[in-house]
Amino acid sequence: MFHRFANPARFMALANILSPWLTVAATGLLVAGLYFGLLASPPDYQQGETVRIMYVHVPAAWMALFVYVALAGAGGAFLIWRHPLADVFAQAAAPLGAGFTAAALITGSLWGKPMWGTWWVWDARLTSMLILFLLYLGYIALANAFDNRERGARAAALLALVGVINVPIIKFSVDWWNTLHQPASVLKIDGPAIDPSMLLPLFLMAGGMKAYFLAVVILRMRARLLARRVRALRLAAVGG
Amino acid sequence: MGGYSAFVWPAYGVVALVMVGFWLAAWRDLRRHRDELAALEAAGLGRRRPAPDTAPNSAPRNTGEARP
Repeated sequence: MFHRFANPARFMALANILSPWLTVAATGLLVAGLYFGLLASPPDYQQGETVRIMYVHVPAAWMALFVYVALAGAGGAFLIWRHPLADVFAQAAAPLGAGFTAAALITGSLWGKPMWGTWWVWDARLTSMLILFLLYLGYIALANAFDNRERGARAAALLALVGVINVPIIKFSVDWWNTLHQPASVLKIDGPAIDPSMLLPLFLMAGGMKAYFLAVVILRMRARLLARRVRALRLAAVGG
Repeated sequence: MGGYSAFVWPAYGVVALVMVGFWLAAWRDLRRHRDELAALEAAGLGRRRPAPDTAPNSAPRNTGEARP
């Protein structure tokens, strides 16, 4: 199944079918998430209205981690099986992952100022998220740093694989070190510590962002595949 | 927003900016490359066949097959 859809043409056929559904799902989930997040959920008894920042901050942070794990998976597939589509996916996904990480960092800062009294602290969770952002930038820079695209893709895939060690560090940083950041309150062994009225917008926004990512990454992959075809035609024209 | 508008709205604004920005940029790139490919094919370069994202049976990447 995995190898079957590693064929660009076959994958694009599937992507063309999925694209409109993903766009509809993303729009519906995000609109519902915004309604429940901004209007139909109560303020927190301690944090007041600032808790609404959670509905964009936490899903953006989840996406930042999810996209990086996907990037590392694609890197592995590219290095092991030389699937060209794995590289196309990784190149399309990395800037989106960097965007989600930047959004998580900025929204966290906007949440931290009123609740902690500071925009930023160099603690484990915040610093490891900043490292994730730098890993994304490093990945993008490395992939484009070589005249030989294949070499750039291989070097970037290796960085993605090595950097994935940062993901569990981010996840468990709040348990391993003292930090201002609150510990896990949703993905816990003994169940979420958040009221269902707040979990609903959180999961709606998380689902919406996931569908959005898939829809946009497919658009970006289609654009990259077209760009490759254009480049190949131009090279063929120059070469006679 | 209970006195926290200056923090809540910018947080939503940043996320909206990132998501809408990437979505618009992706569409713009897709359209640009589609137009480029159409122009090249109209100029007689490559085999005349639909763009790879609209033709499931075409190979959008150099697969080593002979091309005119």
